[in-house]
Amino acid sequence: MATEVTEQPVQQDSGVRYAARLDQVSKSFGRPGTQQHVLDGITLDVAPGEFVCLLGASGCGKSTLLNLVAGLDRPSSGSIQTPGGRPALMFQEHALFPWLTAGRNIELALRLRGVPRAERRERAEGLLELVRLKGAHGKRVHELSGGMRQRVAMARALAQDSQLLLMDEPFAALDAITRDVLHEELTRIWAETGVSVLFVTHNVREAVRLGQRVILLSSRPGRIAREWTVDIPQPRRIEDAAVADLSVEITEQLRGEIRRHGQH
Amino acid sequence: MASTETRPESRPATKPDLAGLEAGLDALETPTTAKTPVGQLLRDKALPPVAAIALVLALWQLAYHFQLKPHYQLPSPGDVFGSLHTMWLQGTLLGYVWTSVSRGALGFLTSVVIGTPLGLLVARVAPVRAAIGPILSGLQSMPSVAWVPAAIIWFGLNDSTIYAVVLLGAVPSIANGLVSGIDQVPPLFLRAGRTIGATGPRGVRHVLLPAALPGYLAGLKQGWAFSWRSLMAAEIIATSPDLGAGLGQLLENARTNADMPGVLAAILLILIVGIGIELLLFRPVERRVLRGRGLLAGTR
Ligand SMILES: Nc1ncnc2c1ncn2[C@@H]1O[C@H](COP(=O)(O)OP(=O)(O)O)[C@@H](O)[C@H]1O
Ligand SMILES: [Mg+2]
Repeated sequence: MATEVTEQPVQQDSGVRYAARLDQVSKSFGRPGTQQHVLDGITLDVAPGEFVCLLGASGCGKSTLLNLVAGLDRPSSGSIQTPGGRPALMFQEHALFPWLTAGRNIELALRLRGVPRAERRERAEGLLELVRLKGAHGKRVHELSGGMRQRVAMARALAQDSQLLLMDEPFAALDAITRDVLHEELTRIWAETGVSVLFVTHNVREAVRLGQRVILLSSRPGRIAREWTVDIPQPRRIEDAAVADLSVEITEQLRGEIRRHGQH
Repeated sequence: MASTETRPESRPATKPDLAGLEAGLDALETPTTAKTPVGQLLRDKALPPVAAIALVLALWQLAYHFQLKPHYQLPSPGDVFGSLHTMWLQGTLLGYVWTSVSRGALGFLTSVVIGTPLGLLVARVAPVRAAIGPILSGLQSMPSVAWVPAAIIWFGLNDSTIYAVVLLGAVPSIANGLVSGIDQVPPLFLRAGRTIGATGPRGVRHVLLPAALPGYLAGLKQGWAFSWRSLMAAEIIATSPDLGAGLGQLLENARTNADMPGVLAAILLILIVGIGIELLLFRPVERRVLRGRGLLAGTR
Protein backbone atom coordinates (compact mmCIF):
# COMPACT_ATOMS: atom_id res chain seq x y z
CA MET A 1 0.00 0.00 0.00
CA ALA A 2 2.99 2.28 -0.38
CA THR A 3 1.44 4.21 -3.25
CA GLU A 4 -1.63 5.03 -1.24
CA VAL A 5 -2.10 8.72 -0.62
CA THR A 6 -3.21 9.04 2.94
CA GLU A 7 -4.54 12.30 4.20
CA GLN A 8 -3.52 12.61 7.80
CA PRO A 9 -5.23 15.24 9.90
CA VAL A 10 -3.09 18.04 11.23
CA GLN A 11 -2.63 17.28 14.89
CA GLN A 12 -3.64 19.99 17.29
CA ASP A 13 -0.74 21.11 19.41
CA SER A 14 -2.45 22.03 22.63
CA GLY A 15 -1.83 20.86 26.15
CA VAL A 16 -5.16 19.06 26.36
CA ARG A 17 -5.25 15.57 24.94
CA TYR A 18 -8.91 15.49 24.06
CA ALA A 19 -11.34 17.65 22.12
CA ALA A 20 -14.27 16.30 24.09
CA ARG A 21 -14.47 14.16 27.19
CA LEU A 22 -17.71 12.55 28.28
CA ASP A 23 -17.68 10.93 31.68
CA GLN A 24 -20.58 8.70 32.74
CA VAL A 25 -23.08 10.91 30.97
CA SER A 26 -26.72 9.98 31.51
CA LYS A 27 -29.88 11.71 30.41
CA SER A 28 -33.51 11.11 31.26
CA PHE A 29 -36.60 12.96 30.18
CA GLY A 30 -39.86 13.39 32.03
CA ARG A 31 -40.91 13.42 35.68
CA PRO A 32 -39.57 10.94 38.20
CA GLY A 33 -41.67 7.79 38.02
CA THR A 34 -42.56 8.02 34.33
CA GLN A 35 -39.01 8.82 33.37
CA GLN A 36 -37.52 7.77 30.09
CA HIS A 37 -33.83 6.90 30.38
CA VAL A 38 -32.43 7.90 27.03
CA LEU A 39 -28.70 7.80 27.71
CA ASP A 40 -26.94 5.78 30.32
CA GLY A 41 -23.33 6.05 31.42
CA ILE A 42 -21.72 7.23 28.20
CA THR A 43 -17.97 7.55 28.63
CA LEU A 44 -16.09 8.69 25.58
CA ASP A 45 -13.06 10.72 24.56
CA VAL A 46 -12.62 12.40 21.22
CA ALA A 47 -8.95 13.08 20.58
CA PRO A 48 -7.83 16.34 18.97
CA GLY A 49 -8.13 15.96 15.21
CA GLU A 50 -9.96 12.68 15.51
CA PHE A 51 -12.97 11.68 13.43
CA VAL A 52 -15.43 9.66 15.49
CA CYS A 53 -18.69 8.29 14.17
CA LEU A 54 -21.54 7.58 16.52
CA LEU A 55 -23.83 4.94 15.12
CA GLY A 56 -27.23 3.82 16.34
CA ALA A 57 -30.81 3.04 15.44
CA SER A 58 -33.32 5.86 15.18
CA GLY A 59 -34.44 7.08 18.58
CA CYS A 60 -31.48 5.68 20.48
CA GLY A 61 -30.43 9.10 21.71
CA LYS A 62 -27.80 10.23 19.22
CA SER A 63 -29.24 13.72 18.82
CA THR A 64 -29.75 13.96 22.55
CA LEU A 65 -26.10 13.17 23.08
CA LEU A 66 -24.93 15.77 20.56
CA ASN A 67 -27.19 18.39 22.12
CA LEU A 68 -25.55 17.67 25.45
CA VAL A 69 -22.06 18.02 24.00
CA ALA A 70 -23.13 21.22 22.22
CA GLY A 71 -24.34 22.63 25.52
CA LEU A 72 -27.93 23.02 24.30
CA ASP A 73 -29.09 20.76 27.11
CA ARG A 74 -27.68 19.53 30.42
CA PRO A 75 -26.96 15.91 31.30
CA SER A 76 -28.98 14.38 34.15
CA SER A 77 -25.70 13.13 35.57
CA GLY A 78 -22.09 12.85 34.52
CA SER A 79 -19.85 15.51 33.04
CA ILE A 80 -18.90 16.78 29.61
CA GLN A 81 -15.79 18.77 28.88
CA THR A 82 -15.00 20.52 25.63
CA PRO A 83 -11.79 22.43 26.30
CA GLY A 84 -11.76 24.00 22.83
CA GLY A 85 -14.72 26.23 23.66
CA ARG A 86 -18.26 25.99 22.39
CA PRO A 87 -18.44 23.22 19.77
CA ALA A 88 -19.89 23.89 16.33
CA LEU A 89 -23.01 21.93 15.45
CA MET A 90 -24.49 20.96 12.10
CA PHE A 91 -28.00 19.56 11.83
CA GLN A 92 -29.75 17.32 9.36
CA GLU A 93 -31.63 20.41 8.20
CA HIS A 94 -29.29 23.13 7.01
CA ALA A 95 -30.73 25.56 9.62
CA LEU A 96 -29.42 28.52 7.63
CA PHE A 97 -31.29 31.77 8.22
CA PRO A 98 -33.46 32.50 5.17
CA TRP A 99 -33.44 36.26 5.77
CA LEU A 100 -29.69 36.38 5.17
CA THR A 101 -27.64 35.54 2.11
CA ALA A 102 -25.29 32.55 2.21
CA GLY A 103 -22.35 34.83 2.91
CA ARG A 104 -24.17 36.81 5.58
CA ASN A 105 -25.08 33.61 7.39
CA ILE A 106 -21.38 32.91 7.70
CA GLU A 107 -20.60 36.50 8.60
CA LEU A 108 -23.15 36.38 11.41
CA ALA A 109 -21.30 33.47 12.98
CA LEU A 110 -18.05 35.43 12.63
CA ARG A 111 -19.62 38.53 14.10
CA LEU A 112 -21.04 36.69 17.12
CA ARG A 113 -17.57 35.33 17.75
CA GLY A 114 -16.17 38.87 17.76
CA VAL A 115 -14.42 39.00 14.40
CA PRO A 116 -14.09 42.70 13.44
CA ARG A 117 -16.32 43.92 10.64
CA ALA A 118 -13.46 44.67 8.28
CA GLU A 119 -12.32 41.05 8.26
CA ARG A 120 -15.67 39.33 8.06
CA ARG A 121 -16.32 39.60 4.37
CA GLU A 122 -12.94 38.24 3.41
CA ARG A 123 -13.11 35.36 5.86
CA ALA A 124 -16.60 34.43 4.73
CA GLU A 125 -15.35 34.34 1.15
CA GLY A 126 -12.47 32.16 2.25
CA LEU A 127 -14.79 29.72 4.02
CA LEU A 128 -17.07 29.57 0.99
CA GLU A 129 -14.04 28.77 -1.11
CA LEU A 130 -13.12 26.00 1.33
CA VAL A 131 -16.48 24.34 0.70
CA ARG A 132 -16.09 25.07 -3.03
CA LEU A 133 -18.83 27.64 -3.23
CA LYS A 134 -16.81 30.55 -4.47
CA GLY A 135 -19.14 33.27 -5.69
CA ALA A 136 -22.15 32.12 -3.67
CA HIS A 137 -21.80 34.92 -1.12
CA GLY A 138 -24.80 36.90 -2.35
CA LYS A 139 -27.06 33.91 -2.97
CA ARG A 140 -30.21 33.51 -0.92
CA VAL A 141 -30.66 30.19 0.85
CA HIS A 142 -33.64 29.18 -1.29
CA GLU A 143 -31.61 29.74 -4.43
CA LEU A 144 -29.20 26.97 -3.43
CA SER A 145 -29.54 23.22 -3.92
CA GLY A 146 -29.71 20.85 -0.97
CA GLY A 147 -26.05 19.94 -1.25
CA MET A 148 -25.00 23.58 -1.52
CA ARG A 149 -27.04 24.48 1.55
CA GLN A 150 -25.33 21.80 3.59
CA ARG A 151 -21.95 23.09 2.40
CA VAL A 152 -22.87 26.65 3.43
CA ALA A 153 -24.00 25.22 6.77
CA MET A 154 -20.63 23.51 7.03
CA ALA A 155 -18.87 26.79 6.27
CA ARG A 156 -20.94 28.52 8.95
CA ALA A 157 -20.02 25.82 11.44
CA LEU A 158 -16.36 26.17 10.51
CA ALA A 159 -16.67 29.96 10.93
CA GLN A 160 -16.94 29.35 14.65
CA ASP A 161 -13.35 28.23 14.50
CA SER A 162 -14.14 25.60 17.10
CA GLN A 163 -11.84 22.66 17.84
CA LEU A 164 -14.81 20.34 17.69
CA LEU A 165 -17.39 19.93 14.97
CA LEU A 166 -20.55 18.05 15.91
CA MET A 167 -22.60 16.73 13.01
CA ASP A 168 -26.08 15.30 13.46
CA GLU A 169 -26.88 13.20 10.38
CA PRO A 170 -26.00 16.18 8.20
CA PHE A 171 -26.27 14.31 4.90
CA ALA A 172 -29.25 12.09 5.65
CA ALA A 173 -31.67 14.15 3.58
CA LEU A 174 -29.45 14.29 0.49
CA ASP A 175 -29.51 12.04 -2.54
CA ALA A 176 -26.83 9.36 -2.76
CA ILE A 177 -24.66 11.08 -5.38
CA THR A 178 -24.58 14.38 -3.51
CA ARG A 179 -23.97 12.60 -0.22
CA ASP A 180 -21.05 10.77 -1.75
CA VAL A 181 -19.51 14.04 -2.92
CA LEU A 182 -20.02 15.64 0.47
CA HIS A 183 -18.31 12.69 2.14
CA GLU A 184 -15.26 13.46 0.07
CA GLU A 185 -15.49 17.15 0.85
CA LEU A 186 -15.82 16.52 4.55
CA THR A 187 -12.83 14.19 4.56
CA ARG A 188 -10.80 16.80 2.70
CA ILE A 189 -11.86 19.67 4.97
CA TRP A 190 -11.23 17.59 8.06
CA ALA A 191 -7.73 16.83 6.83
CA GLU A 192 -7.09 20.46 5.88
CA THR A 193 -8.37 22.05 9.07
CA GLY A 194 -7.45 19.43 11.64
CA VAL A 195 -10.78 19.88 13.38
CA SER A 196 -12.12 17.04 15.53
CA VAL A 197 -15.40 15.61 14.32
CA LEU A 198 -18.10 13.78 16.21
CA PHE A 199 -20.40 12.56 13.46
CA VAL A 200 -23.76 11.00 14.20
CA THR A 201 -25.46 8.69 11.72
CA HIS A 202 -27.73 5.68 11.46
CA ASN A 203 -26.04 4.72 8.19
CA VAL A 204 -23.41 2.04 8.83
CA ARG A 205 -21.56 2.50 5.55
CA GLU A 206 -21.41 6.24 6.03
CA ALA A 207 -19.89 5.71 9.47
CA VAL A 208 -17.25 3.32 8.11
CA ARG A 209 -16.61 5.55 5.09
CA LEU A 210 -15.83 8.54 7.28
CA GLY A 211 -14.71 7.60 10.76
CA GLN A 212 -11.42 6.64 12.32
CA ARG A 213 -13.53 5.13 15.04
CA VAL A 214 -17.08 3.87 14.92
CA ILE A 215 -19.01 3.69 18.17
CA LEU A 216 -22.21 1.70 18.27
CA LEU A 217 -24.93 2.88 20.65
CA SER A 218 -27.56 0.50 21.95
CA SER A 219 -31.15 1.69 22.40
CA ARG A 220 -33.23 2.31 25.49
CA PRO A 221 -31.16 3.17 27.29
CA GLY A 222 -28.44 4.34 24.96
CA ARG A 223 -25.16 2.77 26.02
CA ILE A 224 -21.95 2.22 24.16
CA ALA A 225 -22.42 -1.29 22.82
CA ARG A 226 -19.21 -1.71 20.90
CA GLU A 227 -16.49 0.20 19.23
CA TRP A 228 -14.39 -0.37 16.11
CA THR A 229 -11.21 1.25 14.95
CA VAL A 230 -11.31 1.74 11.20
CA ASP A 231 -7.83 1.57 9.76
CA ILE A 232 -8.78 1.64 6.12
CA PRO A 233 -6.70 4.52 4.76
CA GLN A 234 -8.35 7.67 3.46
CA PRO A 235 -9.41 8.54 0.85
CA ARG A 236 -11.96 5.79 1.07
CA ARG A 237 -14.92 5.23 -1.16
CA ILE A 238 -18.24 4.03 0.12
CA GLU A 239 -18.13 1.20 -2.43
CA ASP A 240 -14.70 -0.05 -1.33
CA ALA A 241 -14.65 -3.73 -0.47
CA ALA A 242 -12.94 -3.07 2.86
CA VAL A 243 -15.65 -0.56 3.79
CA ALA A 244 -18.31 -3.07 2.80
CA ASP A 245 -16.72 -5.88 4.82
CA LEU A 246 -16.58 -3.90 8.02
CA SER A 247 -20.08 -2.55 7.38
CA VAL A 248 -21.43 -6.10 7.21
CA GLU A 249 -19.88 -6.89 10.57
CA ILE A 250 -21.18 -3.74 12.21
CA THR A 251 -24.63 -4.13 10.67
CA GLU A 252 -24.88 -7.63 12.16
CA GLN A 253 -24.13 -6.20 15.57
CA LEU A 254 -26.57 -3.31 15.10
CA ARG A 255 -29.31 -5.72 14.06
CA GLY A 256 -28.62 -7.78 17.12
CA GLU A 257 -29.05 -4.69 19.28
CA ILE A 258 -32.34 -3.85 17.60
CA ARG A 259 -33.59 -7.45 17.80
CA ARG A 260 -33.17 -7.49 21.56
CA HIS A 261 -36.03 -4.96 21.81
CA GLY A 262 -38.48 -7.24 20.02
CA GLN A 263 -37.94 -10.10 22.45
CA HIS A 264 -40.04 -8.90 25.33
CA MET B 1 7.49 -2.29 -9.79
CA ALA B 2 5.92 -5.40 -11.27
CA SER B 3 3.67 -7.11 -8.89
CA THR B 4 1.53 -10.14 -9.52
CA GLU B 5 -0.54 -9.42 -6.49
CA THR B 6 -4.03 -8.26 -7.30
CA ARG B 7 -5.82 -5.99 -4.88
CA PRO B 8 -9.16 -7.31 -3.69
CA GLU B 9 -10.90 -4.02 -4.40
CA SER B 10 -10.50 -2.19 -7.66
CA ARG B 11 -10.52 1.53 -7.26
CA PRO B 12 -10.48 3.82 -10.27
CA ALA B 13 -6.84 4.69 -10.82
CA THR B 14 -7.46 8.31 -11.75
CA LYS B 15 -8.28 10.74 -8.98
CA PRO B 16 -11.82 11.79 -9.69
CA ASP B 17 -12.34 15.45 -10.49
CA LEU B 18 -14.40 16.23 -7.42
CA ALA B 19 -14.70 19.95 -8.04
CA GLY B 20 -16.04 19.34 -11.54
CA LEU B 21 -18.52 16.75 -10.32
CA GLU B 22 -19.69 19.09 -7.63
CA ALA B 23 -20.09 22.01 -10.03
CA GLY B 24 -22.22 19.76 -12.24
CA LEU B 25 -24.41 18.70 -9.33
CA ASP B 26 -24.83 22.31 -8.22
CA ALA B 27 -25.81 23.41 -11.72
CA LEU B 28 -28.28 20.56 -12.14
CA GLU B 29 -29.96 21.06 -8.83
CA THR B 30 -30.06 24.83 -8.54
CA PRO B 31 -33.57 26.12 -9.13
CA THR B 32 -33.84 28.36 -12.19
CA THR B 33 -36.17 31.32 -12.13
CA ALA B 34 -37.42 32.91 -15.31
CA LYS B 35 -38.53 36.54 -15.39
CA THR B 36 -42.09 37.14 -16.50
CA PRO B 37 -42.35 39.70 -19.33
CA VAL B 38 -43.98 43.03 -18.38
CA GLY B 39 -46.76 42.62 -20.91
CA GLN B 40 -47.83 39.31 -19.47
CA LEU B 41 -47.51 40.69 -15.93
CA LEU B 42 -49.88 43.56 -16.82
CA ARG B 43 -52.32 41.18 -18.40
CA ASP B 44 -52.26 38.76 -15.46
CA LYS B 45 -52.22 41.32 -12.66
CA ALA B 46 -53.86 44.54 -13.81
CA LEU B 47 -56.56 43.29 -16.13
CA PRO B 48 -58.72 41.25 -13.69
CA PRO B 49 -59.26 44.03 -11.10
CA VAL B 50 -59.91 46.61 -13.84
CA ALA B 51 -62.46 44.29 -15.39
CA ALA B 52 -64.11 43.71 -12.00
CA ILE B 53 -64.41 47.46 -11.35
CA ALA B 54 -65.85 48.04 -14.82
CA LEU B 55 -68.41 45.32 -14.18
CA VAL B 56 -69.50 46.86 -10.87
CA LEU B 57 -69.86 50.30 -12.49
CA ALA B 58 -71.90 48.79 -15.33
CA LEU B 59 -74.25 47.01 -12.90
CA TRP B 60 -74.59 50.20 -10.88
CA GLN B 61 -75.45 52.20 -14.00
CA LEU B 62 -78.03 49.57 -14.95
CA ALA B 63 -79.59 49.66 -11.49
CA TYR B 64 -79.75 53.45 -11.78
CA HIS B 65 -81.23 53.23 -15.26
CA PHE B 66 -84.02 50.86 -14.21
CA GLN B 67 -84.60 52.84 -11.00
CA LEU B 68 -84.08 49.93 -8.61
CA LYS B 69 -84.24 52.66 -5.97
CA PRO B 70 -85.43 56.23 -6.43
CA HIS B 71 -82.70 58.49 -7.82
CA TYR B 72 -82.34 60.50 -4.62
CA GLN B 73 -81.41 57.22 -2.86
CA LEU B 74 -79.32 55.68 -5.62
CA PRO B 75 -77.55 58.30 -7.70
CA SER B 76 -75.66 57.32 -10.83
CA PRO B 77 -71.89 56.75 -10.90
CA GLY B 78 -71.72 59.98 -12.88
CA ASP B 79 -73.42 61.93 -10.04
CA VAL B 80 -70.92 60.58 -7.53
CA PHE B 81 -67.93 61.45 -9.70
CA GLY B 82 -69.53 64.84 -10.25
CA SER B 83 -69.63 65.32 -6.50
CA LEU B 84 -65.95 64.37 -6.24
CA HIS B 85 -65.16 66.71 -9.12
CA THR B 86 -66.92 69.60 -7.41
CA MET B 87 -64.95 69.04 -4.19
CA TRP B 88 -61.79 68.90 -6.23
CA LEU B 89 -62.63 72.22 -7.93
CA GLN B 90 -63.43 73.78 -4.56
CA GLY B 91 -60.03 72.58 -3.38
CA THR B 92 -61.52 70.81 -0.34
CA LEU B 93 -61.07 67.20 -1.45
CA LEU B 94 -57.39 66.79 -0.61
CA GLY B 95 -57.96 68.59 2.71
CA TYR B 96 -60.44 65.94 3.86
CA VAL B 97 -58.17 63.13 2.68
CA TRP B 98 -55.08 64.66 4.26
CA THR B 99 -56.76 65.26 7.61
CA SER B 100 -57.80 61.62 7.84
CA VAL B 101 -54.60 60.15 6.45
CA SER B 102 -52.39 62.19 8.78
CA ARG B 103 -54.51 61.18 11.76
CA GLY B 104 -54.44 57.57 10.64
CA ALA B 105 -50.69 57.62 10.09
CA LEU B 106 -49.92 59.27 13.42
CA GLY B 107 -52.27 56.89 15.24
CA PHE B 108 -50.78 53.90 13.45
CA LEU B 109 -47.18 54.89 14.16
CA THR B 110 -47.98 55.48 17.82
CA SER B 111 -49.62 52.05 17.90
CA VAL B 112 -46.45 50.52 16.45
CA VAL B 113 -44.33 52.21 19.12
CA ILE B 114 -46.59 50.86 21.86
CA GLY B 115 -47.60 47.52 20.31
CA THR B 116 -44.11 46.28 19.42
CA PRO B 117 -42.51 46.21 22.89
CA LEU B 118 -45.85 45.02 24.29
CA GLY B 119 -45.89 42.09 21.86
CA LEU B 120 -42.28 41.26 22.64
CA LEU B 121 -43.05 41.22 26.37
CA VAL B 122 -46.12 39.04 25.97
CA ALA B 123 -44.27 36.62 23.69
CA ARG B 124 -41.16 36.27 25.83
CA VAL B 125 -42.25 36.67 29.45
CA ALA B 126 -44.51 33.83 30.54
CA PRO B 127 -46.25 35.63 33.46
CA VAL B 128 -46.98 38.64 31.25
CA ARG B 129 -48.45 36.34 28.63
CA ALA B 130 -50.60 34.59 31.21
CA ALA B 131 -51.75 37.93 32.59
CA ILE B 132 -52.56 39.96 29.50
CA GLY B 133 -52.29 37.58 26.53
CA PRO B 134 -56.00 36.63 26.53
CA ILE B 135 -57.06 40.26 27.11
CA LEU B 136 -54.96 41.34 24.17
CA SER B 137 -56.50 38.84 21.79
CA GLY B 138 -59.94 39.61 23.20
CA LEU B 139 -59.44 43.32 22.54
CA GLN B 140 -58.62 42.48 18.96
CA SER B 141 -62.09 41.13 18.33
CA MET B 142 -63.72 44.13 20.04
CA PRO B 143 -65.27 46.56 17.53
CA SER B 144 -63.48 49.81 18.27
CA VAL B 145 -66.61 51.85 17.56
CA ALA B 146 -67.74 50.67 20.98
CA TRP B 147 -64.98 52.76 22.57
CA VAL B 148 -66.16 56.02 20.98
CA PRO B 149 -68.84 56.99 23.53
CA ALA B 150 -66.53 56.26 26.45
CA ALA B 151 -63.65 58.14 24.82
CA ILE B 152 -65.87 61.18 24.22
CA ILE B 153 -66.84 61.23 27.89
CA TRP B 154 -63.21 60.86 29.01
CA PHE B 155 -61.50 63.20 26.57
CA GLY B 156 -64.27 65.37 25.12
CA LEU B 157 -64.79 66.13 21.46
CA ASN B 158 -61.20 66.56 20.35
CA ASP B 159 -58.27 64.78 18.76
CA SER B 160 -57.45 62.84 21.93
CA THR B 161 -60.72 60.95 21.58
CA ILE B 162 -59.91 60.04 18.00
CA TYR B 163 -56.39 58.85 18.82
CA ALA B 164 -57.56 56.89 21.85
CA VAL B 165 -60.00 54.95 19.67
CA VAL B 166 -57.37 54.36 16.99
CA LEU B 167 -54.86 53.08 19.55
CA LEU B 168 -57.38 50.76 21.17
CA GLY B 169 -58.08 49.32 17.74
CA ALA B 170 -54.54 49.01 16.38
CA VAL B 171 -52.27 48.25 19.35
CA PRO B 172 -53.74 44.80 20.07
CA SER B 173 -53.48 43.60 16.50
CA ILE B 174 -49.89 44.81 16.14
CA ALA B 175 -48.89 43.20 19.43
CA ASN B 176 -50.73 39.98 18.57
CA GLY B 177 -49.07 39.88 15.15
CA LEU B 178 -45.67 40.01 16.77
CA VAL B 179 -46.64 37.37 19.33
CA SER B 180 -47.80 34.91 16.70
CA GLY B 181 -44.78 35.75 14.55
CA ILE B 182 -42.51 34.84 17.45
CA ASP B 183 -44.53 31.74 18.33
CA GLN B 184 -44.11 30.48 14.78
CA VAL B 185 -40.33 30.80 14.69
CA PRO B 186 -39.00 27.26 14.08
CA PRO B 187 -37.15 26.05 17.20
CA LEU B 188 -34.37 24.88 14.87
CA PHE B 189 -33.47 28.52 14.14
CA LEU B 190 -33.20 29.26 17.84
CA ARG B 191 -31.00 26.22 18.42
CA ALA B 192 -28.84 27.05 15.43
CA GLY B 193 -28.58 30.61 16.74
CA ARG B 194 -27.53 29.42 20.16
CA THR B 195 -24.79 27.20 18.77
CA ILE B 196 -23.24 30.13 16.91
CA GLY B 197 -23.46 32.28 20.02
CA ALA B 198 -26.70 34.21 19.53
CA THR B 199 -27.92 34.02 23.12
CA GLY B 200 -29.84 36.52 25.23
CA PRO B 201 -30.38 39.96 23.65
CA ARG B 202 -28.15 39.00 20.73
CA GLY B 203 -30.41 36.04 20.06
CA VAL B 204 -33.45 38.33 20.07
CA ARG B 205 -31.80 40.79 17.71
CA HIS B 206 -30.11 38.44 15.27
CA VAL B 207 -32.45 35.46 15.23
CA LEU B 208 -35.79 35.91 16.96
CA LEU B 209 -36.88 39.26 15.51
CA PRO B 210 -35.77 38.66 11.92
CA ALA B 211 -37.34 35.20 12.02
CA ALA B 212 -40.60 36.68 13.32
CA LEU B 213 -40.67 39.47 10.72
CA PRO B 214 -43.27 37.94 8.38
CA GLY B 215 -45.77 37.52 11.24
CA TYR B 216 -44.95 41.00 12.51
CA LEU B 217 -45.56 42.51 9.06
CA ALA B 218 -48.90 40.72 8.84
CA GLY B 219 -49.74 42.25 12.22
CA LEU B 220 -48.71 45.70 10.99
CA LYS B 221 -50.89 45.34 7.93
CA GLN B 222 -53.82 44.34 10.05
CA GLY B 223 -52.94 47.11 12.50
CA TRP B 224 -53.24 49.64 9.70
CA ALA B 225 -56.64 48.25 8.69
CA PHE B 226 -57.77 48.54 12.31
CA SER B 227 -56.37 52.08 12.60
CA TRP B 228 -58.26 53.17 9.54
CA ARG B 229 -61.50 51.52 10.59
CA SER B 230 -61.35 52.90 14.11
CA LEU B 231 -60.50 56.33 12.78
CA MET B 232 -63.55 56.36 10.54
CA ALA B 233 -65.80 55.18 13.39
CA ALA B 234 -64.44 57.97 15.58
CA GLU B 235 -64.68 60.62 12.89
CA ILE B 236 -68.28 59.77 12.04
CA ILE B 237 -69.46 59.93 15.63
CA ALA B 238 -67.20 62.65 16.97
CA THR B 239 -68.14 65.53 14.70
CA SER B 240 -67.64 69.01 16.05
CA PRO B 241 -66.70 72.34 14.52
CA ASP B 242 -63.54 72.33 16.68
CA LEU B 243 -62.32 69.14 15.04
CA GLY B 244 -60.60 69.28 11.68
CA ALA B 245 -62.87 67.64 9.12
CA GLY B 246 -61.73 64.29 7.79
CA LEU B 247 -63.45 61.76 5.56
CA GLY B 248 -65.65 60.51 8.39
CA GLN B 249 -66.98 64.01 9.02
CA LEU B 250 -67.43 64.49 5.28
CA LEU B 251 -69.57 61.38 5.22
CA GLU B 252 -71.62 62.42 8.25
CA ASN B 253 -72.15 65.96 6.91
CA ALA B 254 -73.33 64.63 3.56
CA ARG B 255 -75.76 62.34 5.36
CA THR B 256 -77.27 65.17 7.41
CA ASN B 257 -77.66 67.20 4.21
CA ALA B 258 -79.35 64.23 2.52
CA ASP B 259 -76.65 64.52 -0.16
CA MET B 260 -76.51 60.94 -1.42
CA PRO B 261 -73.85 61.50 -4.11
CA GLY B 262 -71.73 63.08 -1.34
CA VAL B 263 -72.27 60.07 0.94
CA LEU B 264 -71.21 57.64 -1.76
CA ALA B 265 -68.28 59.87 -2.73
CA ALA B 266 -67.07 59.82 0.89
CA ILE B 267 -67.45 56.03 1.12
CA LEU B 268 -65.52 55.68 -2.11
CA LEU B 269 -62.71 57.88 -0.78
CA ILE B 270 -62.51 55.92 2.48
CA LEU B 271 -62.26 52.69 0.50
CA ILE B 272 -59.67 54.04 -1.92
CA VAL B 273 -57.39 55.42 0.80
CA GLY B 274 -57.62 52.20 2.85
CA ILE B 275 -56.86 49.95 -0.11
CA GLY B 276 -54.33 52.37 -1.60
CA ILE B 277 -52.17 52.48 1.51
CA GLU B 278 -52.22 48.72 1.82
CA LEU B 279 -51.33 48.23 -1.84
CA LEU B 280 -48.70 50.94 -2.09
CA LEU B 281 -47.08 50.62 1.31
CA PHE B 282 -47.63 47.28 3.01
CA ARG B 283 -47.94 44.90 0.08
CA PRO B 284 -44.57 45.75 -1.53
CA VAL B 285 -42.70 45.51 1.79
CA GLU B 286 -44.34 42.22 2.66
CA ARG B 287 -43.69 40.75 -0.76
CA ARG B 288 -40.10 41.84 -0.67
CA VAL B 289 -39.54 40.15 2.67
CA LEU B 290 -41.30 36.97 1.63
CA ARG B 291 -39.57 36.82 -1.74
CA GLY B 292 -36.17 37.29 -0.11
CA ARG B 293 -36.88 34.21 1.97
CA GLY B 294 -38.14 32.17 -0.95
CA LEU B 295 -41.64 32.09 0.52
CA LEU B 296 -43.37 33.44 -2.58
CA ALA B 297 -42.24 30.76 -5.02
CA GLY B 298 -44.98 29.58 -7.32
CA THR B 299 -47.37 32.41 -6.58
CA ARG B 300 -45.34 35.06 -8.42
N1 LIG C 1 -36.95 16.93 24.89
C1 LIG C 1 -37.34 15.64 24.99
N2 LIG C 1 -38.32 15.28 25.85
C2 LIG C 1 -38.69 14.00 25.96
N3 LIG C 1 -38.17 12.99 25.26
C3 LIG C 1 -37.20 13.27 24.40
C4 LIG C 1 -36.73 14.61 24.21
N4 LIG C 1 -35.75 14.59 23.27
C5 LIG C 1 -35.63 13.30 22.90
N5 LIG C 1 -36.48 12.51 23.57
C6 LIG C 1 -36.59 11.05 23.44
O1 LIG C 1 -35.31 10.52 23.48
C7 LIG C 1 -35.16 9.45 22.57
C8 LIG C 1 -33.96 9.68 21.70
O2 LIG C 1 -34.18 10.75 20.84
P1 LIG C 1 -33.07 11.28 19.83
O3 LIG C 1 -31.87 11.67 20.61
O4 LIG C 1 -33.68 12.33 18.98
O5 LIG C 1 -32.76 9.99 18.97
P2 LIG C 1 -31.90 9.82 17.64
O6 LIG C 1 -31.28 11.13 17.31
O7 LIG C 1 -30.91 8.76 17.94
O8 LIG C 1 -32.84 9.37 16.58
C9 LIG C 1 -36.46 9.35 21.79
O9 LIG C 1 -37.18 8.26 22.27
C10 LIG C 1 -37.15 10.64 22.09
O10 LIG C 1 -38.54 10.44 22.15
MG1 LIG D 1 -31.57 12.39 15.60
